[in-house]
Amino acid sequence: MAHFNVAPIDYLILSIYFVFVLGIGCILKKFMKSSDDFFLSGRSIPAWIAGLAFISANLGAQEVIGMGASGAKYGMMTSHFYWVGAIPAMAFIAIFMMPFYYGSKARSVPEYLKLRFDEKTRGFNAISFAVMTIFSSGISMYALAKLFGILLGWDFNFSIIISAIIVFAYIFMGGLTSAIYNEVLQFFLIVFGFLPLVLLGLKDVGGWAGLQQKLAAVAISKGYAAGTWSDSWRHMGVAGNNPMGVEWFGMIMGLGFVLSFGYWCTDFLVVQRAMAADSMSAARRTPVIAAIPKMFFPFLVILPGMIAMALTMQGGSSGFQLPPKDGSYDFDMAIPMMLGHYFPSGMLGLGLTALMASFMSGMAGNVTAFNTVWTYDIYQSYIKPGQSDKHYLWMGRAATVFGIALSIAAAYVASKFNNIMDMLQLVFAFVNAPLFATFLLGMFWKRATGHGAFFGLVLGTLAASVHHGLTIPDGAHSIVKGGWLGIVVHQYPSEMAQNFWTAIFSWTTCFVMTIVLSLITRQKRTNEELGGLVYSLTPRIKQHGIAWYKQPAMLALIVLAATVIINIIFW
Amino acid sequence: MNLDIRIPIGLMFGIIGMVLTIFGLMSNQQVYRRSLDININLWWGVVLIIFSALMLMMAWRKKCKLKKQTEPKEDRVLVTG
Repeated sequence: MAHFNVAPIDYLILSIYFVFVLGIGCILKKFMKSSDDFFLSGRSIPAWIAGLAFISANLGAQEVIGMGASGAKYGMMTSHFYWVGAIPAMAFIAIFMMPFYYGSKARSVPEYLKLRFDEKTRGFNAISFAVMTIFSSGISMYALAKLFGILLGWDFNFSIIISAIIVFAYIFMGGLTSAIYNEVLQFFLIVFGFLPLVLLGLKDVGGWAGLQQKLAAVAISKGYAAGTWSDSWRHMGVAGNNPMGVEWFGMIMGLGFVLSFGYWCTDFLVVQRAMAADSMSAARRTPVIAAIPKMFFPFLVILPGMIAMALTMQGGSSGFQLPPKDGSYDFDMAIPMMLGHYFPSGMLGLGLTALMASFMSGMAGNVTAFNTVWTYDIYQSYIKPGQSDKHYLWMGRAATVFGIALSIAAAYVASKFNNIMDMLQLVFAFVNAPLFATFLLGMFWKRATGHGAFFGLVLGTLAASVHHGLTIPDGAHSIVKGGWLGIVVHQYPSEMAQNFWTAIFSWTTCFVMTIVLSLITRQKRTNEELGGLVYSLTPRIKQHGIAWYKQPAMLALIVLAATVIINIIFW
Repeated sequence: MNLDIRIPIGLMFGIIGMVLTIFGLMSNQQVYRRSLDININLWWGVVLIIFSALMLMMAWRKKCKLKKQTEPKEDRVLVTG
């Protein structure tokens, strides 16, 4: 594959971005006086900034590249990740969970688990989360270096080092505030960098009508009904009717309920952004404000993939083609290749900067979450408790140094052993899937006990691995894909279906076992201790005197209604 | 926090917008074959400049408002915006 034609002006735009990113870190440096400033932004971030950072932290490369690839592979059904998955979960955390996260004054998600349950539950969550963030940040770095190597011919080591140095510099100087402010900048860059791509692509393919028509031919050539690539729900009655191989129940329960609620409501990476908000009402508005742009992201990241597929299979005026790979296409290259195809020098610089920004926000989000969990939940709890605040601020900075160093190591591991990364991601999925059951019971059932929560989580994680070990997706070749227990009791039509059902099994196990074990163990927390942590023991939040458009519940209702309408439009 | 994030955002997109606009005006029309004969640098540069002006204007208005009123609003102590 030939490299993109990059002109000096493209590098000029990229350097303007670097200057601003580092400049923001520099300016914020003088405000970092206590560990609270560094880890929690002194709880002083306005809702709209926290909201944009909330989605931007998740808008890493995996999101942009992965959703584009999924759009090409599965079409409009990919939008379920947003319209069934993310948005309802974001409304839920805003209304029901944020009062406990923010109100309890916990400084992290694992710390909430300690307050609500006990030390071992916190330890389990803190350690698995810390390891996971390092690997996620490493994968982001690896993906960036690989992509910029393919597109621009950049040396792998050079890409790793430059991205590591920049992310390190702005977090080291300005802590979470710097990460959050830069995430807002990155959010706008991603929007302004990819929007013209969508507009040009749509024009090339003949508008939405032209796209539908071309995708109908694509669907028929693959043996599906005409609208399979351009409808979101219509072909989900039976798993075999759509390329994703998932039916409506697995989609709503697996993706919508377990995986999305599990991610958006319990992952400290995103929750940390809302915890930094300047008031309870701002913290509750954060996820809802985030949900508004999130609703439209399918048009920014999925649509280009669909356009790429339509043009590749049916031809367009400009002759765009996806690069081939193993008898099919290299779907991951859908968005990057379109950037190179449509953007002339100048815009290409902006597009590449947007890609760079999305990788960096992915890395920075993980690193800031890591240094908080490391410092508060591991270092302060188990290694050196009772030190001065200055000491923990110092530790947070030091954690940024070795957090990034470990990410670099993870990036090189990923470049050597691709399977190890697949395997690790699988293990994390096992750990994450049952978590939402623990939080749900912890926040809404005061009888849930520490032993119940801990062993429920462990058994839920086990259930996930056993389910994965007993089933395989269609066409599986390696044990990373499942069936490693030797006996296969069920074969799923696709890997995605298998993932959704693994999540359902694991969530249900954790939910049921936590209830059973809580009932047979003694509740060690008194009602006073649980005040502010559990729904029935927390005074309701009064919303008098807040304008209706600032009330989280009202905003959430509007967002949910809009999501239902979008679902119906693209039915 | 005394930094209004809208100022750096406004400045950055303003500078990038101007670079794109000027480059769009100077460059040969031939290069826009790939962007379907649309001078995307010029048009998108103008869009970015408008966005930048909006951001800076909002930051400026906030600053004026903060100067006028110092009493706390809603349930927060300091409005930083």
